[in-house]
Amino acid sequence: MRVALFATCLVDTMVPHVARATAVLLERLGHEVVVPPRQACCGQMHVNTGYRREAVPIVANHVRAFAGAEAIVAPSGSCVASIHHQQAAVARRAGEHALADEAAELAGRTYELSQFLVDVLGVTDVGAYYPHRVTYHPTCHSLRLLRVGDRPVQLLRAVRGLDLVELPGADQCCGFGGTFAIKNADTSTAMLTDKMANVLATHAEVCTAGDASCLMHIGGGLSRLRSGTRTVHLAEILASTEDAVSPGQSMKPAVNR
Amino acid sequence: MSQVFLGLPTAQRPTLPTAPAGVGHLRGDRSFPDAAREALRDGQLRANLGHATSTIRAKRASVVGEVPDWEQLRAAGKAIKAATMARLDEHLEELERQVTARGGTVHWARDANEANAIVTRLVRDTGADEVVKVKSMATQEIGLNEALEAAGITAHETDLAELIVQLGDDAPSHILVPAIHKNRAEIREIFLRTMPQFQGPGVDTSLTDDPRRLAMAARAHLRERFLRARVAISGANFAVAETGTLAVVESEGNGRMCLTLPQTLITVMGIEKLVPTWRDLEVFLQLLPRSSTGERMNPYTSLWAGVTPGDGPQEFHLVLLDNGRTAVLADEVGREALHCIRCSACLNVCPVYERTGGHAYGSVYPGPIGAVLSPQLTGVEDNASLPYASSLCGACYDACPVAIDIPSILVHLRAEHVEAQTRTTPEAVAFRALSTVMSHPRLWRLAQRAAGLGRFLARGRPTLPPALPPPASAWTRSRDLPAPPGETFTQAWAREHRS
Repeated sequence: MRVALFATCLVDTMVPHVARATAVLLERLGHEVVVPPRQACCGQMHVNTGYRREAVPIVANHVRAFAGAEAIVAPSGSCVASIHHQQAAVARRAGEHALADEAAELAGRTYELSQFLVDVLGVTDVGAYYPHRVTYHPTCHSLRLLRVGDRPVQLLRAVRGLDLVELPGADQCCGFGGTFAIKNADTSTAMLTDKMANVLATHAEVCTAGDASCLMHIGGGLSRLRSGTRTVHLAEILASTEDAVSPGQSMKPAVNR
Repeated sequence: MSQVFLGLPTAQRPTLPTAPAGVGHLRGDRSFPDAAREALRDGQLRANLGHATSTIRAKRASVVGEVPDWEQLRAAGKAIKAATMARLDEHLEELERQVTARGGTVHWARDANEANAIVTRLVRDTGADEVVKVKSMATQEIGLNEALEAAGITAHETDLAELIVQLGDDAPSHILVPAIHKNRAEIREIFLRTMPQFQGPGVDTSLTDDPRRLAMAARAHLRERFLRARVAISGANFAVAETGTLAVVESEGNGRMCLTLPQTLITVMGIEKLVPTWRDLEVFLQLLPRSSTGERMNPYTSLWAGVTPGDGPQEFHLVLLDNGRTAVLADEVGREALHCIRCSACLNVCPVYERTGGHAYGSVYPGPIGAVLSPQLTGVEDNASLPYASSLCGACYDACPVAIDIPSILVHLRAEHVEAQTRTTPEAVAFRALSTVMSHPRLWRLAQRAAGLGRFLARGRPTLPPALPPPASAWTRSRDLPAPPGETFTQAWAREHRS
C-alpha cells in the first residue's frame, strides 16, 4: 500500500526521529511511504485554544497537502482525533462547506498508527525486538476520542524481548492538554507528578505512548527529576529490530535521542 | 450562532440577560489558575479529595458496569433532554397549569434578585423567622441564605454535608458532597465548636470522629429544627409537567422531613429541570443514583403535586428560576449544558477537579460541568478562565449519564471568549501569525528552521535551559524541554528522496 505519512507539526519540528521510526516501520512491513512536502499542522492547537476561525486556513492547507492520498497515517492519537472530530466542524462553522466535505472525506482515510497496523494492515506482530522493561500510557485522545482500545498493547505484547508492565492509574490524564500545560501550569504539573509517580512505581526503563506531545510532557518531567526513566514513542519501539537497536540507547536521557 | 433575530444583523442581535453580578455564587474573585495554585499547596485538601473521589469513582464504575443497557439509557436521557429543551416554553406552561390546578402557586423569577425577593416575601408572609432547607443547588446559586439573613430570617441547612459547610462558615466544593474537602477529624472539630449541644458547662463533649457518632450528633441537632420549623425551602431534581409533580432525590431522609413536616413549602427550581411525562422520569431515576452516589436505587425519592388537604404542607409555592438559562438555551452548542442532572460524576472523574477541589472554580458549580455552565450563566467574560480549566481529557464526557459533550462545549466557549475580545491580545497576535505560517508551506519550513535555532540555547545539552522567557517559562519551571533538532523529518526526507 502507498501510505502518506503525516508527521504532525510537533513531531516534525521537535522529535523527528518519531516520524522516521514510523516510516522505517511501514517500509519494513512492505509498504511505500510518501511524505507530502506541503504538510504542516492539523489545526488542533488553534481550535482547542479558541482560535477556530484561524484554524480554517490550516485545515485547508492540510487538505491540500494530502489530497488524493490513499491512506494517511500519523504517529499521534491526538492529531488524528482532531482530523476526525474537529477539522470538518470548524470549516463548516466558517461557512466553508466544500472544505468541510473534503476534510471529512480525508478523515475517513486517516489513521492513528496502532489502528492502521491492527485494523487496516491486520498485523499485531511487526517483527520488532526491544529488550527493555516498558510501561504503556494510553493517551486521552487515543483512549476516549479514537477508542484505540488495546491495539497498542497487542502490538507491544508481540515485541520480542519486551517486558510489558501495567501502569497504575493508566487512564488518568498526564496533564499535558496542549496550551493547558502553559495556561494552568500548576494544575498540569500536579497531574504530571501523579502520572510520574505511577510510571516510576512500575520500575520500567521506558514509558511509551502513541502521542509525542504527552510523551514530551511526561518525559520532560522525568528528565527534570533525573529519574533515568525515559519516554519512547510506540513507533520507535515497533521500528526497533535486533539490527537496529542502538546499544547506547538505554544510557540516554528521556527527552533526547 | 449564525441566525438573525428579528431581522437585525447578527452583530446587533439583542443579547439575552445573563445572571446578574453582585448576588449569588456563580463568580469567583480570582481566576482559576490563581485559585488553583493556592489549593494545590493544601496537602490535606489533596489527600481528602483524592481519597473521596477515587472511592466514589470505583463505586460508580461497579454499579454502572452491571447495567447491560447503560449506553441505551444514556442515549435515552440525552434524547429526552434535547426534545424537552426544544419545547421548553410549552412544557413550562403545562407545568404551571398542573401545579396551579393542584393547589400550588407558581412564581416566575427572571434572575437571582427576583427569586430571592419572592422567597423572602413568601417567608415573611408566614410570620416565620427561620426555615429548614433541603440541599439545593439553585438556592446556592442565587445566594438565598444570605438574602434571607439580610431580611432577619435564619436558614438551617439540613443535608449533612451542607450542614457541615454552613456550621464551618465555609463554601460548598462539590455538587453532591459539598463538604468533600473535609475529613472526619475536621468535621468533628466543626461540630464540637459550633453545635449548641456541645456548648456550656457540664455537657458531654466526648464526640469522636466515628462516622456514626458524627451522624448521631447531626441527627440530634437537626431533629429539633425539623420539629419546630413552619417553613421549608427546597430545590427540585425534576418536575413532571403532565401532572405538576415535583421530585426531590436524596439519601438521608432530611429532605423527606422538610417536605412533609412544615406548613409551608417553597421550591426553587431552574427552568431546565422539568421532564414532560412520568415515562421520562423513569429513565432519569435509573441514571441518577448510579452516577451520583454509586447506588442502584435512590434511598429517598419524594414526589408531590400541589397540596393535599390534611396531609403535608398546606401551602406550596414553586419559584421557576431563569437566571441566565434562556441565554444558555440560545447557544446551539452550549445549550447541552442545560441537560445536566447534577449527579457529579464528571467532578469525580475529572483529574483537574481531583487536584484543585471545587473552591478554585469560584462558583457553586465546580468541575467540568461548572466550567461549561458558570461561564454561560454569567456570560463568558465574567468567568473567562473556566473554559480553560481542563486538559480536555474527555473523562467527563464518558462519565456523564446524559452524554453531555463537555470537552466540545469547553472548546466552543474558549472560542467565544477569544472572539469577544475587543482589543488584540499578544496571544491572538501569535496565534494569527502562526495560522498564516502554518497555512503556507514555505513560511512553515522557515519557521521550523528558526525553531531549530533554539538548539543553540541548549549549548550542546539535550534539553533547553529551565530559565526561558514567558510563556515558555510556564513549561520549563517544572518540565524540561528537549533541544530542537538541526533538521526536521520532512526536510531530511525531502533531501534523501530528491531525484
